[in-house]
Amino acid sequence: MTISRRGFLGGLAAGTLAAGTAAASAGVKKLPGWPDSYGLLHDTNLCVGCRRCEEACKRVNGLPEPAVPLGDESVFDKMRRTSKDDYTVVNRYRRADGGRPAVYRKHQCMHCQDPCCASVCFVQAFEKTPQGPVLYHPERCVGCRYCVMACPYYALAYEYEQVWTPRVVRCTMCYPRIKKGQQPGCAEACPMGAITFGRRSDLLKLARQRIRKQPDRYIDHIYGEHEFGGTSWLTIGGTPFGELGLHEGAVPTPLPEIGSSYLSVVPLVITIYPGLLAGFYAFSRRREQLSRKETREAVAAALERARQEAENKLQAAAEKAKKEKEKAVAQAVKKAVEEAKKQAGQTGQEA
Amino acid sequence: MSQPATATGKLLTPFNLITAAILAVGGVITVLRFFVSGLAGTTNLTDTYPWGLWIGFDVMSGVALAAGGFVISSAVYLFGMKEYKPLVRPAILTGFLGYSLVVVGLLYDLGRWYRLPYPFVVKPGPTSMLFEVGLCVALYLTTLAIEFSPAALEWLGWKRLRQLVGSLTIALTILGLILSTMHQSSLGALFLITPTKLHPLWYSSHLPVHFFISAVAGGLGMIIIESALSHRVFHDQVEISGERFSQLTVGLAKAAAVTLAVYLAVKVIGIAMDDKWHWLASGYGGWYLVEMLGFVALPCFLFVIGYRERRLGAIRVAAVLTVLGIVLNRLNVAIFAFNWQLPAAERYFPSWMELWVTVSIVTAGVWIFRFIVKRMPILHEHPEWRGQH
Repeated sequence: MTISRRGFLGGLAAGTLAAGTAAASAGVKKLPGWPDSYGLLHDTNLCVGCRRCEEACKRVNGLPEPAVPLGDESVFDKMRRTSKDDYTVVNRYRRADGGRPAVYRKHQCMHCQDPCCASVCFVQAFEKTPQGPVLYHPERCVGCRYCVMACPYYALAYEYEQVWTPRVVRCTMCYPRIKKGQQPGCAEACPMGAITFGRRSDLLKLARQRIRKQPDRYIDHIYGEHEFGGTSWLTIGGTPFGELGLHEGAVPTPLPEIGSSYLSVVPLVITIYPGLLAGFYAFSRRREQLSRKETREAVAAALERARQEAENKLQAAAEKAKKEKEKAVAQAVKKAVEEAKKQAGQTGQEA
Repeated sequence: MSQPATATGKLLTPFNLITAAILAVGGVITVLRFFVSGLAGTTNLTDTYPWGLWIGFDVMSGVALAAGGFVISSAVYLFGMKEYKPLVRPAILTGFLGYSLVVVGLLYDLGRWYRLPYPFVVKPGPTSMLFEVGLCVALYLTTLAIEFSPAALEWLGWKRLRQLVGSLTIALTILGLILSTMHQSSLGALFLITPTKLHPLWYSSHLPVHFFISAVAGGLGMIIIESALSHRVFHDQVEISGERFSQLTVGLAKAAAVTLAVYLAVKVIGIAMDDKWHWLASGYGGWYLVEMLGFVALPCFLFVIGYRERRLGAIRVAAVLTVLGIVLNRLNVAIFAFNWQLPAAERYFPSWMELWVTVSIVTAGVWIFRFIVKRMPILHEHPEWRGQH
């Protein structure tokens, strides 16, 4: 720590005063934004629920064949979520007003700009790459599953049936394929052009273009642009996002910022407690010492008083005895003198 | 606990037989969990509910209920309430065993339990609340082990080491209070990142404070229950008179009443600040009111009655309600009020094997407690070390 005290205090003051405006000042994190990162855009207006993306995902990731074959509509009877065998699922949503046809939304790991899974992991097993994909490092995962707990999109799954080496599993945005210059499996397989792979910044432009061209078919909002700090997967369409199982009206604050806000209290506790508690201890000890001292003094005073009283009594008794003795002597002398006088008188008469 | 066998007494008491049977079945489930069928074969955990009973009860409730150790040792050594000294050792022992069993419960839950030290030796993740919890619990368990060691050292007769540990008492107590403040509240802070999943009545930016204050109340409740049971079951070990014991219990009741009142106030402030009153009118609102009225307000009231009228019965009922209330709160946060928007079919309920493991762990704790109390100077002072730290 080479920061001077003045500099440190100045920094604190600046941080407090300018927190609202200067995102770069101390204590206010500025998101890197991942300017050149890749992302994917899912256009729910184009998606027809054919599930080719699911099939392709299973193929490129070496997962078992879809449990319900493609084309079997019964798969949409209930909402599915991602699992160890399904890194992506397409669900059907009926519009609340019923007037329009069903809407399909593809779900998978959103590859957040500021991922909860990475923030809550106590061994840093998740890593947001500058290229966009959030990667997982099973070689150091302890298996606490806090990431699965924290993910607001229910996108992470766990290999519970593995006795020795269970892993967290989820969409990797086909990171190995991206590195080879290929598209993710799902984007390549989509026959409708509903999934577009590209630079996230380009995808945002494309999405805005589609919204602008057909304002009656699209809601003027790109889900994932800002929600909880933004995601690499973006969703657009004509159905309110709340009806598609997404967090409509979510704050732009990344959840990790909310989740780790309390960490700032920790250094305070470590600094304040020892001094405060040692103070309390010193206080109670001093009080104890004082009360012991008071007791000692009170006892000494009482003893002194008792001794004094006893002495006084003794002295008084001695004086009384002395006086009585003197009185007795005087009386005896008087008596003797009188006796002598009497005798002298008698002798005179006789003579 | 109703059939205590003395250290040299019979082994085949009903209590021993029943608990041995529980532990035997627990052992079989342990083998299944760790070597045969993993988490999938023994638990009802899903991708939606990655945390179940073993986290909600064994870890989160376990840590909260083991808070008595730091509460009593701070009161006695730092705040000068010397009259509670006879309760320090049993509370420290309860805390030490409690935290040890928390770690055992955690091992059952971890997918790769053999990597437990990884956060400290491979790649620390300091942005994680769980890292903070793990670090504090590891350090506090060590602190508790040292705080407990005087009883073992007196028993063993290792005088010089005992002397040395005794001189560390104040430092250890301060360390224990720091670590407890941090990890008790951090357990609540684990859920700060899940505002979309945890029901608004339980979610609050004050969750860390809620967890800390309720842990103090839970710790006090546990001391009252544990000391009442010890007094009855191990009466030959207890040194203090019945009259003095009642006075201590009444004092604890007063502390618990104040703590619960503060907890209730903080919870109400949380509801008021975020204007969540309307949630009370829902089904979850009813459940929330059961927790707050039945397991916070009611025991608080009973504690007040108990200490004003010196009624030990009321105090003990209040203590049991408080402890159940803490468990209920932790289970609500981790399980029942979590994923509250999901349909009933996707909700989690523990499997019988999860429940059995939990019961087995608690049973093992009772056995170890009994073993130690019968041998070491826990409920009484060692004649050679009377009146010392």
